Amino acid sequence: MINYIYQLVRPGYISVKYEDVKIENDVVIRPTYMAICQADQRYYRGLRDISKLKSKLPMALIHESAGEVVCDFTNSFSCGQKVIMIPNVKSKINDKEIYENYQKGSSFLSSGKDGFMREFVNLAPDRVVPINNIPEQFAAISEFISVGVHGVNRLKKFSHGNKKSFGVWGDGSLAYVVSCIIKQIFPESKLYVIGRDNFKLSQFLFADGTYFSENIPEDFSVDHAFECAGGEGSYYAINDIIKYINPQGTAVLMGVSEHKIAINTRDVLEKGITLIGSSRSGREDFEKAAEFLGKSEFQKRISRIIYEDSPVKTIGDIHRVFETDLKNPFKTVFKWDL
Amino acid sequence: MIFGAIVAGGVGNRMNLSGLPKQFLPLGDSEKPIIIHTLEKFLICKKLDFIYLGVHKDWVGYAEELLDKYSIDKKRVFVTPGGADRNLTILNIIDAIEKNHGKSDEHIIVTHDAVRPFVTLRMINENIEAAEKFGACDTVIGAIDTIIESKDGELISSIPNRSTMYQGQTPQSFKMSALKNLYGDLSDEEKSVLTDACRIFIFRNKPVKLVKGDTFNIKITTVSDYKIAQAILGGNLGD
Repeated sequence: MINYIYQLVRPGYISVKYEDVKIENDVVIRPTYMAICQADQRYYRGLRDISKLKSKLPMALIHESAGEVVCDFTNSFSCGQKVIMIPNVKSKINDKEIYENYQKGSSFLSSGKDGFMREFVNLAPDRVVPINNIPEQFAAISEFISVGVHGVNRLKKFSHGNKKSFGVWGDGSLAYVVSCIIKQIFPESKLYVIGRDNFKLSQFLFADGTYFSENIPEDFSVDHAFECAGGEGSYYAINDIIKYINPQGTAVLMGVSEHKIAINTRDVLEKGITLIGSSRSGREDFEKAAEFLGKSEFQKRISRIIYEDSPVKTIGDIHRVFETDLKNPFKTVFKWDL
Repeated sequence: MIFGAIVAGGVGNRMNLSGLPKQFLPLGDSEKPIIIHTLEKFLICKKLDFIYLGVHKDWVGYAEELLDKYSIDKKRVFVTPGGADRNLTILNIIDAIEKNHGKSDEHIIVTHDAVRPFVTLRMINENIEAAEKFGACDTVIGAIDTIIESKDGELISSIPNRSTMYQGQTPQSFKMSALKNLYGDLSDEEKSVLTDACRIFIFRNKPVKLVKGDTFNIKITTVSDYKIAQAILGGNLGD
């Protein structure tokens, strides 16, 4: 089938690639609602290293999208089924000790391969998760929620049993989603959020406490922590975590930084801290994300970080949603109508 | 109900590439016939209840076998013999639809050239919406080159303002009964100058809504068009 693929050819420039796609062994999905990730924004703005841009572009952006099955040659889904799409491309290596998203040889749509900005997307059935009764505006950010689920589950699996309190460093979308998931998985634990922006922190109404990063009480401590700051903020967040985390605590590092971050390893050693790197997600994380999104309380919380821009009907509209996203402190979603 | 009508009445003597009418030529890496690429876009539009292919009477059997070869659901897709020209092929399709599904003022028909395989789902959906709301619509792109009118082919008669000029593509979509009734109301002289179905509505001062097309929604009519389409898709250019 002839597909229209909307590729970023260089920062700020979108061009259409036409491709005769073989669909005979795949599920064919029409993307319906998409969300912008900061990684997309960094490609769009040209904020990645020149060498990375040269090696990855041209490429269709967006790896967060809901969709609808339009036909399925694998007979796994019925036409019209609402779904979320998994952008992680599994490796041929199947080491059961390793999560699919870290497996050698795995790849990712919208990082060197075309993302979801296409007329339709063809995927293997295990890259498709059916959803029911989830508004598509919310389903659009399923991948983002699955990344949070993956991080929280890794901490759950590898940390010691004391889980009276969690600290989340960061006040953006990732910190918000991780906080929502902590409240789902550890409802009895205390949750504290440390950030820098008064407006953003004010959205964490369900947290047991919020602090400005320059104003953390000296006697503050948490059993475990999540670093969700990213960028330059990672340095301050990680070193704050090392300072305030209880001995043998586990810290999950989730914020992406373009630069290397200096870490106070002396105190990491002294306190016996476990640092876990966490990025992306796999099918089981998507399924859990869909389960959470099916809950009305979770939907209500998530709705506070979703801004729906006007539908994308032209290439000009693609530029518009990236502009909108720059001014939006949280997640920008939009109907895909191109 | 909403019907797709893919018009493929030609016998392809302009192409000189093979004995095949142009709509059956292979296209792209998959080397699927052009008409199958076009049909695939119509098939993924769930708003379309049934799709009819209007094919020259000598090629009906061939088209039927193509549907079998590409495992296309023959409960949703039907082949109908075409007429002497494009509009008569559409009318033949309408007759077949009314015979199979009955008459209704609510029926919408989305007509499309089989040799425009770069049609998109958006265009089809917007056609349906526009035909439901306005009764008729035409898919167009804004004119890029200045349009020149010459009545004698020697001298310029007029140069219309380019900003109000468009180039017509397909799909063109209509309320089916209105199309049939208006066509029946035309004089033989009016029928003789019809180059496309939208003109039937224009002759009777009925509104025709514009739907945004795409520069690459090209009509593969000549050898050059075919080579361009192959080049766009990275298919075999041949000679």
